[in-house]
Amino acid sequence: MAKLRLLFVKEDQASYISHLDLMRTFQRVFPRGGMNLRHSQGFHPHPLISIVLPLPVGQSSDCELLDFEVEQDIDGTGIADALNPGLPAGLFVRDCYRAERAARELAFLRARLELDYDRGVPAGAADKLRELFSHDEVLVEKRTKHKELAQINVIPLIRSVAWTESENLVTAEVVAAAQNPGLNPALLENAVAAQLPELSPDFARVRRLELYDAEMNVFR
Amino acid sequence: MDKRLERILPRVQKPARYVGGEYNAVMKDVSQVDTRVAFCFPDTYEIGMSNLGMRILYGVMNQMDGVWCERCFHPWGDMEQEMRKAQMPLYALESGDPIGDFDVIAFSVGYEMAFPAMLNMLDLAGVPLRSAKREALAPLVIAGGTAMYNCEPIADFIDLALLGEGEEQIVEVLELYRQAKREGWDKHTFLCKACHLAGVYVPGLYDVSYHEDGTVAAITPRDGAPARIRKRIVTDMDKAYYPARTIVPSTEIVQDRITLELFRGCIRGCRFCQAGYVYRPVRSRSKELCAQYARQAVEDSGYQEMTLSSLSTSDYRGLVELCDELEPFCAQKHLNLSLPSLRADNFSMALMERLQKGRKTGLTFAPEAGTQRLRDAINKNLTEEDLLESCRRAFAGGYSAVKLYFMLGLPTETDEDVEGIADVAAHVMHAWRESATNKNRGVRITVSTSWFVPKPHTAFQWEPQISIEEYERRVALLRERMNTKTVTYNWHPSPTSFMEAVISRGDRRMCAVLEEAHRRGATLDAWEEYFSLERWMDAFAACGLDPHFYANRTRAHGEVMPWSHIDVGVSEAFLQREHARCYEGVTTPDCRTQCSGCGANCFCPCDR
Repeated sequence: MAKLRLLFVKEDQASYISHLDLMRTFQRVFPRGGMNLRHSQGFHPHPLISIVLPLPVGQSSDCELLDFEVEQDIDGTGIADALNPGLPAGLFVRDCYRAERAARELAFLRARLELDYDRGVPAGAADKLRELFSHDEVLVEKRTKHKELAQINVIPLIRSVAWTESENLVTAEVVAAAQNPGLNPALLENAVAAQLPELSPDFARVRRLELYDAEMNVFR
Repeated sequence: MDKRLERILPRVQKPARYVGGEYNAVMKDVSQVDTRVAFCFPDTYEIGMSNLGMRILYGVMNQMDGVWCERCFHPWGDMEQEMRKAQMPLYALESGDPIGDFDVIAFSVGYEMAFPAMLNMLDLAGVPLRSAKREALAPLVIAGGTAMYNCEPIADFIDLALLGEGEEQIVEVLELYRQAKREGWDKHTFLCKACHLAGVYVPGLYDVSYHEDGTVAAITPRDGAPARIRKRIVTDMDKAYYPARTIVPSTEIVQDRITLELFRGCIRGCRFCQAGYVYRPVRSRSKELCAQYARQAVEDSGYQEMTLSSLSTSDYRGLVELCDELEPFCAQKHLNLSLPSLRADNFSMALMERLQKGRKTGLTFAPEAGTQRLRDAINKNLTEEDLLESCRRAFAGGYSAVKLYFMLGLPTETDEDVEGIADVAAHVMHAWRESATNKNRGVRITVSTSWFVPKPHTAFQWEPQISIEEYERRVALLRERMNTKTVTYNWHPSPTSFMEAVISRGDRRMCAVLEEAHRRGATLDAWEEYFSLERWMDAFAACGLDPHFYANRTRAHGEVMPWSHIDVGVSEAFLQREHARCYEGVTTPDCRTQCSGCGANCFCPCDR
């Protein structure tokens, strides 16, 4: 019996698998790799498996974490190789190890936001964006869990953001709060669309790059 | 990923169903294949991926060297709109390539109401709807599945239909196609050869003439096509392909579990049931092989739920032994076995209780009719005492909900039969009072009625469907009689059942109506969200056809049916005999008790 953690990539087609579907997928991936997930002991046993920081549908990530418990007494060695052949395209296990740090110690995430401009990036875009995010307050409309619209200020949730531009692409590398509350980096696009409508991109994509604790040490 | 697709996906519901990449999806190197097949299911991903036939044929085709079979489903409305807006043609899930460029577009159609979705998929693919408008060999549009036992309403759109079970004939059709491609045959040459493959029907090689009253006068083959086309079946289930390694979707589908097929065909002979007739004769898979496939499928897929599937699972000879054998394996793998299509008899209840772990929710029974007289007339060989005994056991065993399914409008039905449904519900209620172990939990009895649709190749193929007014009168009558609070009565004001009755016995003139309905926006008409009776009535009016001619007319024995040239192995004389016995109120014993000589053993001995 062991509490283990998977570090995995979620990209391409797999980025469209929703949180609940991903849980279901992993429930089948473990038996395929020869492992039996431990189940809760209640009247309706459910497998002991949880995703540390669910990723919004459509985003990619290099650093997803999944906690699980198996019936076998193992330390994680060889599990990535056992699981990878049984994964759908776009999921790839990088590592597996004993879960030692509590999920609540996860404080920040680093992500890359790409804004596509099919007709070329408007002149001075990066400068205007830097200026916008240097304010004390940038309000964005966000749908709450109760499906109501709420205004939130994204600035206190951003630890740092760096803007660069090329011919058709503006890129933001952002370090943002991960939880309680966290910031979905996609909201930066909403902020741009609301505050600088002339810089509304044709498309935006997000990739989660790394996870950190409160001291900015990599979180595993 | 296609850039257009990347931009569409964030705006549609459940995008995972449009991207492929699932575990066990077959990827091939395009430069190593000579024949590309788009295997299309004219409904959503969630429905299509739940279809065992689709999985079997996907496996069979991909076993062929040089052939790559990919999947394609009908997008939901939001996705369709986005695709049309982005001018993105319908694509196959594996490669993402437009299916209009494929060699073969193959549809699996199990339900007549999927015909409009089929046309819409061709349209989304940018392929001309009518076979005559597609002059080149590719893309060849073919179709199989149970709806093909009368494919006249789509005869003008498909190049050929595969009748019966596809495992063997699809390979033959594809090999012939490859020969045609190699040797540069034109489409007509190919079709004239294909029509001689067993089970292959090329509608374009038949002329249909009509009497003045609209009935079919004659169906005449041309260019040497056979006068009758007999369906094709797999005779030895132990040699039939079973997809033990199969795609595991990354998003939830309707039947999200392993489907283990125990046998094909059914020994029962319910007179209304098309499946019961067209899947004859009974052919079983040995229980040793079933157990082996079960283990392989569980280990490969990681699924923890498996359904033992067939038309009537409790009629499988080795069912108890198979379950005995699988039980320790199930326990070890946390695997849940489910048994659908159980008959309401004691034997199945005992088994069910043993297999059902944890939550005991509801049980579902389908007595179909409210009185013994009518159950005998439709040959549903089930007594009320069987049903009540099963309910007593269920209630005693802790179940507290029972669903009962009935049909309204069955031939010979009287008001007494309709009211009998309420009596059955009351008796089930009484059984609960007698037997429930924990009365504090209460009981939920749900009665659902549907509107009977007469189908081709059944004993009721000559019968009219009752009118909507009459259906609603019977529903009202039953509602009045259902006066217990614990009984919930569900019925649908389902105009879909009317249109199903129209299309399922339609003739070739209906192709124009389907095309017109498509032009007027018919798509996923099997879904209430998309079905519009008004649109269908307008389409019929525009084509000068009367839908009631098809749904509500009594046919005479001997009338040439639009599907008279299609031979499912069951003789017309047998169907007529069964039809007559319905009116005599005489039952026909199940095939195990006594062979009634339906004719289906022309294929192979019946494994009843």
